Amino acid sequence: MDYVIMFYEPAQLFADREDPAKSGAYWGAWMDYIGALQQSGLVKGGQGLQGPATATTVRVTDGKRQVQDGPFADTKEQLGGFFMLEAPDLDTVLEWAARSPAAAYGCVEVRPVLPPMPVPG
Amino acid sequence: MQDDAPTAGASDPRRAAEKAARASYGRLVAYLSARSRDVAGAEDALADAFRAALETWPVRGVPERPEAWLLTVARRGLIDAARRATTRSDSAAMLVQAAEEAEESRMQTGTDDFPDERLKLLFVCAHPAIDPAARTPLMLQTVLGLDAARIAAAFLTSPAAMGQRLVRAKARIRDAGLRFEVPERPDWQDRLAAVLEAVYAAYGAGWEDVTGTDPHRAGLAGEAIDLARLLTALVPEEPEALGLLALLLHCEARRPARRGVDGAFVALAEQDTALWLVPLQREAEEALRRAARMGRIGRFQMEAAIQSVHALRGRSGRTEWAAVAMLHDALAGLSPTVGVLVSRAAAHAEVHGALAGLDLLDALPADAVKSYQPYWALRAHLLTRSGDAAAARQAYGLAIGLSEDPAVRDFLRRRMPQ
Repeated sequence: MDYVIMFYEPAQLFADREDPAKSGAYWGAWMDYIGALQQSGLVKGGQGLQGPATATTVRVTDGKRQVQDGPFADTKEQLGGFFMLEAPDLDTVLEWAARSPAAAYGCVEVRPVLPPMPVPG
Repeated sequence: MQDDAPTAGASDPRRAAEKAARASYGRLVAYLSARSRDVAGAEDALADAFRAALETWPVRGVPERPEAWLLTVARRGLIDAARRATTRSDSAAMLVQAAEEAEESRMQTGTDDFPDERLKLLFVCAHPAIDPAARTPLMLQTVLGLDAARIAAAFLTSPAAMGQRLVRAKARIRDAGLRFEVPERPDWQDRLAAVLEAVYAAYGAGWEDVTGTDPHRAGLAGEAIDLARLLTALVPEEPEALGLLALLLHCEARRPARRGVDGAFVALAEQDTALWLVPLQREAEEALRRAARMGRIGRFQMEAAIQSVHALRGRSGRTEWAAVAMLHDALAGLSPTVGVLVSRAAAHAEVHGALAGLDLLDALPADAVKSYQPYWALRAHLLTRSGDAAAARQAYGLAIGLSEDPAVRDFLRRRMPQ
């Protein structure tokens, strides 16, 4: 079964990515985690995202476009990246979620992917 | 620091009251469900009484007859429930009858002395027809009255999923009519092994929660030791139950030494033995001696014996690695799990050098160790010792990536060769 595992990080950690004094520790932790995850053979895809300040949000209300700077919700933690994993069960994915650096300072959300839609007609 | 050790707090009135409430609760759930096969019904009947006990006993003290206290409150609830019940009326009636029998038996003897059916309950929880993943949670809930959310956190599952798993297991006991019995030979050994395994898993679920303070990963180490102690009381002639208790006590004795003052991870070899809890180690040694006198060796006694050799460092100042390695060889013959084989490699590396340890690691199947953190942590350490810094760095990276505990990640990072 396929799952998406999403890493939510607090603002401070997005700042750490750019801070020369802290970026080494930040990326080091992620590279170790990603290396171990890649080796598990579960990864189907995934990306890291640039910080929430680079986000643009679009809505169409009553036919009118609304374009807004920043993420859709101003929450304490923001999406920092994701992986798609093919895993035998949720328990396996939760183990990987708990190992991620984000689990210790932010949170990690795991969602099963929808099964393929039947082709209409 | 000793206050943090869950088992060292017998003098703490709160912990004592909670223990008494859990023991009485377990006895009553066992008694009522053994007669009705309705575990969920028995739990429901006792839930309010148990909650009230957990609130009032720590404040007002444990009543003189704790079971009578719970039973009186529960019986009223049961009779009400039986009146309301339309569907499962059979089991509701059986539950009321069981409660009345318990009450009568108490009256006649003038004590709380109705039969202790907790052993049967433990065997039902670890029954081969019950999903192995549900066995430990089921024990923790029915025998000790822990709630699903607390169990779920320890097992890294959502409370909803854990709740469902427990409901399914209890429905299976009732609907498939699993027998509440103490198995006879020839099943005895296998069935007992499943019970021991489930208690051991409860301790494992609490192992990572070193300080016992993280509400998200609330450890179950104290509860697991309670179960192990209960088991040795219920089957005093079984050396493996004593072996399991000895193993858990030895591990628990080292808990205060597993973190430095700054919260940093401290490896076993570097632990300050002055922080080890000597009373727990003594109790472990006594349990192991009693087991040894019965002359039937087993996996848990062997594991406890290994911990016992480590504990000796507290007195002698040094570790007898040759003895540790020899015991691991014997243990690997009994129970060749990946965990045992990796520790065996570590012990052999101490006796015969890093290369001997690496040879043993190389012999393990790649698939089994791919995502096994202790394998990579040991491999990294041995590669460093053998002078292969590049390969060591790679192994450290994997070990760090596989660690869940930030303190362990920091520890490994500090050790990684530059």
